[in-house]
Amino acid sequence: MKATAIEKICSKFPGIACREVLNYVEMTVQPEQLEETLSRLKLYPELNFGLLLDITGIDYLEYPVAQDCRFAVVYTIRNWRDNMLVQVKVPVPDPDKGVPTCTHLWSSANWAEREVYDQYGINFIGHPDLRRILNHWQFKGHPLRKDYDIFKGQVCYDSYSMENEIKNRLLANGVDETTMKDINTEIMFLNLGPSHPATHGAIRIFTALDGESILANVNEIGYLHRGFEKTAENRTYNQVIPLTDRLNYCSAMMNNIAYVKAVESWLGIEITERCKFMRVVMSEFFRVQDHLVCIAANLVDMGGLTNYWYLYNEKEASYDLISRLTGARLTSSFTRIGGMYRDFYDGWEHDMEVQLKAIEKGVSDSLALVLKNRIVHDRTQGTCKLSAETALSYGFTGPCLRASGVPFDLRKDNPYYNYESFDFNVPVGSTGDIYDRIMVRFEEIFESIKIIRQAMKHIPDGPIFVKDHNAVLPPKSEVYNNIEGLANHFKLIFEGVKVPSGEWYDSFEAANGELGFHFVADGSGKPYKLKVRPPCFYIMGGFHEMVEGEMIADAVINLGSINIIGGELDR
Amino acid sequence: MSLTLLNVIFAVVVAIAFAALNAAYLVWAERRGAGRIQRRPGPNINGPFGLFQPPLDGLKLMAKQLTIPGGADKILFVAAPVLSMFPAIMSFVTIPFSEMIVAHNMNVGLLMIFAFASSGSMALLFAGWSSRNKYAMMSAVRSVSQAVAYEIPMLITAITIVLMTGTMDLMEIVRQQGPSILHWNIFPLLTNSHNLLMPFSFLIFFTCTLAETNRAPFDLGEAESELVAGFHIEYGSMGFGLFFMAEYANIVIGSCLTTILFLGGWHPPLPFLGFIPGVVWFLLKIYILIATFIWIRWTFPRTTIYGLLNLSWKILIPISLFNLLLTAGLLKVF
Repeated sequence: MKATAIEKICSKFPGIACREVLNYVEMTVQPEQLEETLSRLKLYPELNFGLLLDITGIDYLEYPVAQDCRFAVVYTIRNWRDNMLVQVKVPVPDPDKGVPTCTHLWSSANWAEREVYDQYGINFIGHPDLRRILNHWQFKGHPLRKDYDIFKGQVCYDSYSMENEIKNRLLANGVDETTMKDINTEIMFLNLGPSHPATHGAIRIFTALDGESILANVNEIGYLHRGFEKTAENRTYNQVIPLTDRLNYCSAMMNNIAYVKAVESWLGIEITERCKFMRVVMSEFFRVQDHLVCIAANLVDMGGLTNYWYLYNEKEASYDLISRLTGARLTSSFTRIGGMYRDFYDGWEHDMEVQLKAIEKGVSDSLALVLKNRIVHDRTQGTCKLSAETALSYGFTGPCLRASGVPFDLRKDNPYYNYESFDFNVPVGSTGDIYDRIMVRFEEIFESIKIIRQAMKHIPDGPIFVKDHNAVLPPKSEVYNNIEGLANHFKLIFEGVKVPSGEWYDSFEAANGELGFHFVADGSGKPYKLKVRPPCFYIMGGFHEMVEGEMIADAVINLGSINIIGGELDR
Repeated sequence: MSLTLLNVIFAVVVAIAFAALNAAYLVWAERRGAGRIQRRPGPNINGPFGLFQPPLDGLKLMAKQLTIPGGADKILFVAAPVLSMFPAIMSFVTIPFSEMIVAHNMNVGLLMIFAFASSGSMALLFAGWSSRNKYAMMSAVRSVSQAVAYEIPMLITAITIVLMTGTMDLMEIVRQQGPSILHWNIFPLLTNSHNLLMPFSFLIFFTCTLAETNRAPFDLGEAESELVAGFHIEYGSMGFGLFFMAEYANIVIGSCLTTILFLGGWHPPLPFLGFIPGVVWFLLKIYILIATFIWIRWTFPRTTIYGLLNLSWKILIPISLFNLLLTAGLLKVF
């Protein structure tokens, strides 16, 4: 972000403490100023912060630097057009009283605030539906509070009826039950999931149906919630890497890269050129895998099973290549802070090129089946449309946002790892229907292959690790032969990488959209707090907007087209 | 009298055997064909080319317990799979495989087959209704509306044939289509009607057969991605097995009927090929049609219920009605 942009933001908010962190602005406001600040950020045409990325709470109970209040809430908001990012931090004197909601400004605030309430117990005044989202509804306490013991598990098993929620949704949609009674029609309530072949995981999609048309829809998530953030607070920075594999397991290594990139950005580590290129190759290769999985599953939902094999055969072969490159097929945990676990083997370029050709063939075969297929067109074009404004309001990023016609891609707009020097296009849809979402993913596969080919051509030789032994393990020869190396090794293994205290947010264009990490560091080897901004959490938050008024079969293929990954959704 | 009874019993036994064998080995053919299309082997472990797979699957299904969900209508639940298999087998009785091979020819054979085919959708309705499952019920509703929508163009097309041939006797319909491909009802250039739209009628009839047998792209009854398995969601064991077999038996019936009505039955395409027995031609034709069924299934995605109904009511029915009028007019003129 340019310095002028920072000045521009700061000048609009006299009397509010603004400071520059990394390449964005952090503002600290008082609770009474919050509503005013947020609505200015959203509504001022020069500011136009239309994309609420994330809301998270912070519990400063054990933080070494004394704070005014125990709790704080942080809003991460983006202006995608001018590439401006701002974080608004507000201390919360009384969590039970809380802070005013911002659901009227951004629809994505609905689920984001519910998550903060669930994890920290911070109230949001005026929130339409403040209840737990990730944890079970019978869960007692708020797990991300520092005084909640990590070993204190709870057994909850009663299912939640969601009766009130769907009734409210029916009311909001203006469904008139008395008229329906007059013509002897009754609403049928149907649970799609949590275990249903179309959910590709465990999500409960609760629908109110009139025949096969969806009148109202509410969703329950959290079936795969495993407390990633709480676990991360009790691991060293490098120990968190294997956990990030499990976020979006279809493109596991992108999460590794996004995570270490975020840590490195705060440590100020500039990784080596070769490492950058390796990361670009792997993240684009995993983007291809992610899209292959998504499209294949989506077309299976549509009944086109043959596409599944054309695409999955290539994904399967790609995993073999990935296991040769990284040592593991799915969850490779291949990155380290300051570099990569190891270099690629000799001659990997040839194998990669063979695999890329195979992928191109598989994708082209699948496209030949669907591109001009009338049934596919009838089913996907014009169904489950989402306009650009609604998509932005719900915090959509990535292919789903681009399908709605917003050409926002962090690789272009906020480039990292030399992405500015690669020649690639950002495919954009026009209407935001299912067809656009599928075709944007198909096109991105070809664009990613283009990037990989360029990166393979220009990848330099050299070390893959930086020479900073406060962050990177020294080579074994040094560990065994000199005391300094042994001390570095010992400290890094036992205490972890010492990260200077502070708070920062860093993001990465993952296969599903903007994958962000919000850190609070206290100077020790473990993150004081680590919040993931998972792209598909917010996409799922807008699911009901897409499917209401459509048919039950459309809801199923829509769920496939937005690529909901349970590991990332529920963390 | 007793001879006729024996004859009928023998015919039914042969029909059951034929239907069951066909159903079993069509599953194998379908899986191998799907494997071919999808670049994977398909069943190839048990026996040569995996040919022992179907009997082993059957054995496994028979060995399983038939569970009846709580709250289900027990009588209907048990009766439904039997009812679905029954019309499929009964229809075989009147199918002429050649001039000589027919179990029991009757002068209303076409009517009988349509009567039995219609009762097949009752079985799906019973199954869906009695399972006490929302998915099964939605599937049953879908299946019935689909059956109603597609029986109409199918019947109209069949009536066109009846007009052209002047009979409902299946053997007579075939006899009139000899001796060469130009006498078949699909290209009736040398017969009395000269209707150039008959290839469209054939396509309509074939499409309706796809829909009537609940095959992809019209497999909305058992749409596994949204309705999980549709009307047989609660069935295990041989209850499921019977539904499965009935589906394939229905495919065979549909192919037989298409062959008889449009493709000249047991007649060879050219008269000099007459030295090959008629039954070979008949079986060849139906298996080519069945292969097309399989090919279509693994090529096209599923339609939606509205797309399906629109296709029938807005496109197929008007075209087939027009064709019926045209045929009637042409018959009057020539």
